[in-house]
Amino acid sequence: MQDRMGKDVLMTLVVAGLLIWLLPQLVSTYTLTVLIIYGMLGFSLGLIWGFGGILCFGQAAFFGLGAYTYAIAAINIGESTLPMIIAILVPAIAALLLGAMMFYGRLTDVYLGVITLVVTLILFKFINSTAGPQYMIGTARLGGFNGIPGFQTLNVPGDPDAYIWGDAYFYVCAVIMVLVYLLVSALLRSSFGRIAVGIRENETRMSLMGYDVAARKTILFAIGAAIAGLAGALFANWGEIVTPGLFSLGQSAEIIIWCIVGGLGTRSGPILGAAGLAYLKFALGQQSLIDNTLITGLILVLFVLFLPKGLVPAISSLWKVSFARRSPSRVHQARRIRNRGRANG
Amino acid sequence: MDLSVVILVEMLYAVASLVLISAGLAVVFGMMKVINLAHGEFMMMGGYATITAVNLGVNVFVAMLVVAPITVGLIGLVVERLVIRHLYGRLVDTMLATWGLSLFFIGVATMIFGNTTTGISTPIPGFSIGSYQINGYNFFIIVVAIALVIGMLVILKSTRAGLIARGTMQRSDIAAALGYSPDRIYMATFFCGSALSGLAGAVLAPLVGLVPTSGGAYIAKAFITVIAGGPSLVAGLLSSAGLFGLVNQIFTFAISPVIGEVALLVSAVILLRLLPQGVTGKFFKGKL
Repeated sequence: MQDRMGKDVLMTLVVAGLLIWLLPQLVSTYTLTVLIIYGMLGFSLGLIWGFGGILCFGQAAFFGLGAYTYAIAAINIGESTLPMIIAILVPAIAALLLGAMMFYGRLTDVYLGVITLVVTLILFKFINSTAGPQYMIGTARLGGFNGIPGFQTLNVPGDPDAYIWGDAYFYVCAVIMVLVYLLVSALLRSSFGRIAVGIRENETRMSLMGYDVAARKTILFAIGAAIAGLAGALFANWGEIVTPGLFSLGQSAEIIIWCIVGGLGTRSGPILGAAGLAYLKFALGQQSLIDNTLITGLILVLFVLFLPKGLVPAISSLWKVSFARRSPSRVHQARRIRNRGRANG
Repeated sequence: MDLSVVILVEMLYAVASLVLISAGLAVVFGMMKVINLAHGEFMMMGGYATITAVNLGVNVFVAMLVVAPITVGLIGLVVERLVIRHLYGRLVDTMLATWGLSLFFIGVATMIFGNTTTGISTPIPGFSIGSYQINGYNFFIIVVAIALVIGMLVILKSTRAGLIARGTMQRSDIAAALGYSPDRIYMATFFCGSALSGLAGAVLAPLVGLVPTSGGAYIAKAFITVIAGGPSLVAGLLSSAGLFGLVNQIFTFAISPVIGEVALLVSAVILLRLLPQGVTGKFFKGKL
């Protein structure tokens, strides 16, 4: 067990190191940074949906909340370390409250979806209507549909004039992503993670075994929101502006599509799905022959119909099948079983 | 006095438009337990069908009440055969697939009609009550909504087709054993649901500037109304649309339209927290 854990961490570090070294030579770091941020956002939903069984239609709400919190705090404080922390805490607390309301009320599937969707809509409508000068938090104007531009971007902790941008910012994001990945992996290996998977599989059974299902779901939901908030804060730093579009339904839809395409119940699936589809969208945006939305929609429909488990599980099962064929002992065993079957028949 | 009449009409109008927006989704969800997230786009296509027909010289009422429902119904039929049919009983998967469809239709509409606002003028002139001006078209929407609800009740309650549809909705295996093909009944139901969505989109088209993404404005409201309504088709639709329309208009008149929208959404959250199975999960149980 200990050995497998070490192997997993080592594998993650090697693969991540290779990717961080290789990818900047193929794609510009500016694009890569946003791909990593989207990967983190996909990862946050992949955690609560794939491992906790909570289908949240409003993950974009926490993403947007993180971004707005960062922007507002950065304008008021004038440096970036504390705002980053606040931008993680605010979505987490919001999710704790919302989650407690939903899970202690025993809401499930569709009803959960509706409530998270509605909360996203409320935020979207509210932020959109804050164009007037009376909407201020500290010295920050909320700006309505124009969003908030011109806030302090990420700086070296303690030194507000040393901005982190460009290539350096890419490496910071990549390292944060790896850290988040390792932390979540550790969480999933812990008893909390195993019980979360148990709840996903059968909620009644877990509650009969004496686990407080509602509390555990609420906490998992808050962890997912914290990661989404972190991604939001990083996105605010990348884009240097936050707009109500972050809260939009389209954004929520995309996160769900990333998870489905990448593969639920895997750690790497949602990240790869997010980065891959975001890059595809970026590439498609450079041509005008076929509408972008049309292709995104088509991908989602085709995946739900033909590959509902997503890419990563499909590829890994393909890998296992071909791997088993190559291993001589297994082939031998399989042949023996087949022969035995023939003899009996 | 004049003001109270105006407020009354506005409230009726708000409820009626919620009923219209949600009817198609309610039929599909209430009967088949399929949540069609492309519902907003079906409405959008109904609007475009109307505008195209009017531009080709068809009478505007014929375009709204005949051309649009049939066009959208046929599109729905194709969608059901190609996609939805394979996903019955998988609630989340149907939601995702129809969400994909909604994006697909937005893309198609953008390619055909372009990303610009189109519209037609309202065919009924406004008039004034005392010192207030009222949009005459609001009355048309109220009349259509009432006719729609009565029509649904009559068809479901007193016709043979409605009886078969309701039977299939409860126990599709028994219906199959009695010689009715659930597959075909689902197909017909989905056609009706899509046609209703098309009708709603067409009737509301003169009031809004139509863009390919305007379906998004409807889907959330329709979704909320139908889920909050609960399992009964007509009673659920009426009770939740009535409640939300009322809340929306009270806050709109008291404070501002944005607060009205927010109040609608907040009341939906509170309602679902108190009655997780929707209004008709608790009251009017077993009614239509």
